[in-house]
Amino acid sequence: MFKIISKKELGENIFEFKIEAPKIAKKAKAGQFIIVRIDEKGERIPLTIADNDKTTITIVFLVVGFSTEQLSKLKENDTILDFVGPLGNPSEIKNFGTVVLVGGGCGVAPIYPQARDFKKAGNKVITIAGFRNKDLVFWEDKLKEASDELIIVTDDGSYGKKGFTSDALKEVIEKEKVDRVIIIGSPLMMKFTAQLTQDTIPTIVSINSIMVDGIGMCGACRVSIKGETKFACVDGPEFNAKDVDFDELINRNTAYLDEEKKVGKTHKVCY
Amino acid sequence: MKTPVKEQDPKKRIKNFEEVCLGYTEAEAIKESERCLQCKIPKCVEGCPINIDIPAFINLIKNKKHKESCEKIKEKNNLPAVCGRVCPQETQCEQKCILGIKGDAIDIGKLERFSAEHDQKKKTKIKENNKKIAVIGSGPAGLTCAADLRKLGYKVTIFEALHKTGGVLTYGIPEFRLPNNIIEKEVNSIKDLGVNIETNTIIGTTITFEEIKEQYDAIFIGVGAGLPYFLNIEGENLNGVYSANEFLTRINLMNAKDFPNSVTPIRRSKHTVVIGGSNVAMDAARSARRLGSEVTIVYRRSEKEMPARIEEVEHAKEEGIKFQMLSFQNKILGDKNVEAIECIKMKLGEPDESGRRRPTPVKDSNFIIKCDQIIVAIGQGPNPLLVSRTDLKREKGKLITDENQQTSDPKVFAAGDISSGASTVIKAMGDAKKAAVAIDRFLNK
Repeated sequence: MFKIISKKELGENIFEFKIEAPKIAKKAKAGQFIIVRIDEKGERIPLTIADNDKTTITIVFLVVGFSTEQLSKLKENDTILDFVGPLGNPSEIKNFGTVVLVGGGCGVAPIYPQARDFKKAGNKVITIAGFRNKDLVFWEDKLKEASDELIIVTDDGSYGKKGFTSDALKEVIEKEKVDRVIIIGSPLMMKFTAQLTQDTIPTIVSINSIMVDGIGMCGACRVSIKGETKFACVDGPEFNAKDVDFDELINRNTAYLDEEKKVGKTHKVCY
Repeated sequence: MKTPVKEQDPKKRIKNFEEVCLGYTEAEAIKESERCLQCKIPKCVEGCPINIDIPAFINLIKNKKHKESCEKIKEKNNLPAVCGRVCPQETQCEQKCILGIKGDAIDIGKLERFSAEHDQKKKTKIKENNKKIAVIGSGPAGLTCAADLRKLGYKVTIFEALHKTGGVLTYGIPEFRLPNNIIEKEVNSIKDLGVNIETNTIIGTTITFEEIKEQYDAIFIGVGAGLPYFLNIEGENLNGVYSANEFLTRINLMNAKDFPNSVTPIRRSKHTVVIGGSNVAMDAARSARRLGSEVTIVYRRSEKEMPARIEEVEHAKEEGIKFQMLSFQNKILGDKNVEAIECIKMKLGEPDESGRRRPTPVKDSNFIIKCDQIIVAIGQGPNPLLVSRTDLKREKGKLITDENQQTSDPKVFAAGDISSGASTVIKAMGDAKKAAVAIDRFLNK
């Protein structure tokens, strides 16, 4: 059993949980994920690690379906049945020069540990965080501290600059030399944002496909990388954006929509 | 003549996941046990990978000493209820039975299963020592090695990456062949010995292999064959194409058959094509059938060459599963979801290295099977998650072990699908027992 140490509602339907998991916390590196199973009947939900200290792992998730809703209803000091990780390969963190980190929606959360570690490795870190509107903005201070420059954009202009993350990324690459771009968000957001840079600057995305075991045993999470089948859980979750077949990923992420509609609930999971 | 065993009616059982075989009643078991010749030199024991004293346990059934009979089996086998159900007895103990020459061999499997029902909690006296063993993986190999070493007095911890113990017994084999509560019972009796089990712990990430090596006196690796093979053909990543591992894991481990009551979903399809001829293929086909689908098995050789147990094939046929033999998949058709599979007819030529006749395509014999689900059951490779993070010597991903199951690192042993030998539950258990003996010897040098 894993205890929820703290719970915050970061915005409408966006929650931050700090979970006590010392073994995992000690090993977790930026870019890796964990799997949560709430109770005996629960599904295994992969969530990218948003922060960690010596004894806790922080996860941030958007309520988009049955399981995330169930998770959001838990309170401080409640426990989660299963919590396993760290899973997947860590991000490649070294001194590249200037690194731009782009997060969309609750994909902003897993950007944080990357910003922190890229900065520690000596990079100039520019973080672009995109939200739908002002009410959904979170972790501004935290991101500011971890970055050399933080650009917040909102779709409706109610906070920061008006526009999408891709608009902000375009501005940045026009005015300075960028050595690496990391993008985390929905597959559609990653597909379109990456198109700006993937042919000229190494551009990395974090794949959020449907998973079951998360340890390479089932292949539910398979994605085509340069036309070859790879497993997001053990070969990823990060891949070169230009190698990813995003359309296939977007289709595969809809695999259970019919089943879920039948019972009036969806399981789609965000970071 | 073998004493027949009652089975669930096929019409009924395709609507549930309860056990197909209902097992012997006491009268039936005694009747069957009376057929045993009690050979002075029992061939059946030679045929058993873990050398259970088969005539002795059968004799105890005959004398209505069922508890003692189970204890006799447990001298060698820590998982009698599992083996009584999933061992391929027809190619092992029963194949060697003298009665089989002129008539039916003794049904050793069903008798073992009967005995296991009389398993009693018994306090095993253990002479403790202070040496610590790490067992990685809680499948049949890990459980066996852990129990044997615990009985010798070692402090044993099993590490399991998933949330539930049992490995392939739990995520792979369906409940209609091996109910979860049977596995739980066997695991509990191993826990009762004092074996500590830590689930949700991935060796290689949650705890590194180096840490394990520092903290334990010897290590046993039994992480199995968790890596599913795919076909590498067009359309394989369309929605509705599963690996058998995924399909079975959703149903068995995650209980998706009870969706939405259980939260993990599974597609409900009308027509499923299963590719492959193994026990796993039969398990997938029969599971799909139980979820309400028509099922066709596509296999490139003929029925004679199928690696699945005859019993499984027979059960599949009774359940209305179609067999499209001598057919090979070309490509999967569909836009977003699977709509059909294109196959080509095969003919058998000369025997290949496996001794089975090699299938070759028949020109211009392409045909299409309409389907909305495809399950790929063409085998799985050794699980790389742990071993790729070690410097243990490997060949084709499998750990190289010697005759004592010792790897290239003297304090590390391995058995089951991650090592070069075993391919069935019982062979993995046999090798795991060898490893336990070797570990004991290694630590008492």
